[in-house]
Amino acid sequence: MIIESESLANHFWRDLWSYRELFFVLAWRDVSVRYKQTIIGMLWAILRPFLTMVVFTVIFGKLGGFPSEAGAPYALLVFAGLLPWSLFATSLADAGNSLIGNSNLISKVYFPRLIIPAAAIVTSLVDFLISLFVLIDLMVWYQYVPGWPFLLLPAFTMMAAAAALGAGLYISSMTAKYRDFRFIIPFALQLGLYVSPVGYSSNIVPEGWQLVFSLNPLVGIIDGFRWCILRGQEAFNWQSVLISAAVIALMLWFGVRQFRSNEDTLADVI
Amino acid sequence: MSEAVISVEGLGKKYLIGHQAATKSYLTLREALMRKSVGLLQQTKNILLGHPIIAGETLEEIWALRHASFSVKCGEILGIIGKNGAGKSTLLKILSRITKPSAGRVALRGRVASLLEVGTGFHPELTGRENIFLNGAILGMTRADIRKRFDEIVAFAEIERFLDTPVKRYSSGMYVRLAFAVAAHLEPDILIVDEVLAVGDAQFQKKCLGKMGEVASDKGRTVLFVSHQMGMITSLCPRAILLEGGRVVFDGNAAEGVAQYYTRDGGAPFAVDYTKLPKKIGDQLATLRQGWIEDMREKTTGEIDIRCGFKIKMQYALDRATPEHPVPNFHIYNSQGQCAFVCGGRRSSDGGIGIYEATCFVPSNLLNNDIYFIDLALTFMHAGNHVSFHERGALSVVIVDPIEETLHSEARNGYSGVFPGVVRPQINCEVRRVS
Repeated sequence: MIIESESLANHFWRDLWSYRELFFVLAWRDVSVRYKQTIIGMLWAILRPFLTMVVFTVIFGKLGGFPSEAGAPYALLVFAGLLPWSLFATSLADAGNSLIGNSNLISKVYFPRLIIPAAAIVTSLVDFLISLFVLIDLMVWYQYVPGWPFLLLPAFTMMAAAAALGAGLYISSMTAKYRDFRFIIPFALQLGLYVSPVGYSSNIVPEGWQLVFSLNPLVGIIDGFRWCILRGQEAFNWQSVLISAAVIALMLWFGVRQFRSNEDTLADVI
Repeated sequence: MSEAVISVEGLGKKYLIGHQAATKSYLTLREALMRKSVGLLQQTKNILLGHPIIAGETLEEIWALRHASFSVKCGEILGIIGKNGAGKSTLLKILSRITKPSAGRVALRGRVASLLEVGTGFHPELTGRENIFLNGAILGMTRADIRKRFDEIVAFAEIERFLDTPVKRYSSGMYVRLAFAVAAHLEPDILIVDEVLAVGDAQFQKKCLGKMGEVASDKGRTVLFVSHQMGMITSLCPRAILLEGGRVVFDGNAAEGVAQYYTRDGGAPFAVDYTKLPKKIGDQLATLRQGWIEDMREKTTGEIDIRCGFKIKMQYALDRATPEHPVPNFHIYNSQGQCAFVCGGRRSSDGGIGIYEATCFVPSNLLNNDIYFIDLALTFMHAGNHVSFHERGALSVVIVDPIEETLHSEARNGYSGVFPGVVRPQINCEVRRVS
């Protein structure tokens, strides 16, 4: 193997593949450490989305009187939006901070750095799976039976994870250099919660604004989730999902590119 | 066996550091604001484009490593020595691919594992068992590998009873043992070890050294070993390179390298004046002031002919009156870190405040042809062996054997090789015919 000052990009993906085991081990570490030394442990993964759902349902559904979709209970509408949103938000926050959280590893051992933010996302996926059980409980409670589109849920889950990875890669490599980004993420996520149709249906957005609205990749993902969960009676909003997919692909490409260009000097700047 | 597994050619690593440019001494508020805002704009642009920003207006290039070239053969143990900031860590970081060089190239054959610091990647919340798997994976082992060696690792680390305890509850010794055990069972083709052995008790250190030697000799693996403990370098590595200011200034026999390390300026000197240091060496009872080596003509020197005696002197101050005078002591070690002897002063009842000088007279033909390091210490015997100061490796002295002159003397009898031994006294040896 040759180490030179010019980066040899050709073995980037091969390296990544040969270190796949480390990816699993790091993901396993993050998952098993997440709720260590907490009293209610895994319950946090249930409690957080549940309480947010209650608050949103009361504020948007009851006080605001926003309409639901496809005649579904408002709580289900909110939860179906909250699921992908919290997957995206926690993934992004964790991935964004993952490099500085592992700076001792980065400055001591070589491995493809991409593994760290990617593994951080797995933790959020585990939380997501737990909240999925809450959703199923809610559906049982409302005696709401989903249709066949429910089986397409994994596809939209992947989209949410990919969106978080794309943004997370960019943010994490930038956070390694400038800690400013640590403050940007929580703020951006706070705004994003209202810009994305989490507490309301995207149907209430005026027709003329729909296109601009769906540039937010979360719109397509949340629409997709609602279509899968809320029986899929409403016409599937192809437009917003396709735009989201395109935006996500762009984010992923840009994220990987930025990450790779920063990867070589990561140990020096972190 | 003889092909080079590591070959380094013209390797360099550059860092940029910023300095504040000298500006004219007065600035109007408007100018200052303008300057700040222009700087801020520039910085924002750099941040978004992902360029590095460096505080300060002028940049300076620092070469942490420059024009370094050497090669290492398969199965060799290479010691890397040098002062702090000489570029050792940078070199290791480049070799273990943590950072990229700015110039030059390295060709490596085989898998590299680095042990840059023990316990890298240990997670305090996880148990010993879990950490073995985690650490192993970080260092590049597969799960199957780890499972195969698991028992060996546990036995080596001697932590059987605490396998299921979170490592945050471990003592630091246990922590280090576990970390080294995992790394030692890695079996990479090239193992890079940095200062790991500075911790742990002496017995475990010995075990680690043994393991490293075994790794190199039996399994034909290559070890790069960085340490500040010269004794370890000479006992473990046949060959060493010495780095200074980012350059390789010596490449060859480890013992010679160690001698160079000490004798190049800034190493253990033959005279030190501690009164000029900001830090005080000593405690409330006494402080070390000076130490130096002197030949019999009272000339301060760092080189002594093996045929001549010399004096080691230290000056210390007693800052408080004590019932009896403390015992000054000199500990003399050879380049392998073995103690040649300890010389202690005579006890006396004079325990008054003042400045004192102690002299250790080393006779001629006692020490071997080597470099010796001298610890200076002061012990109060009346206070339960209270040690006021013990300055390790404070002084060094090179004992030279001018072989052209001594070759045919009684000492060498024509033998031109190296005499083993910490000391080389002229012991009388009589020969008589018995039949």
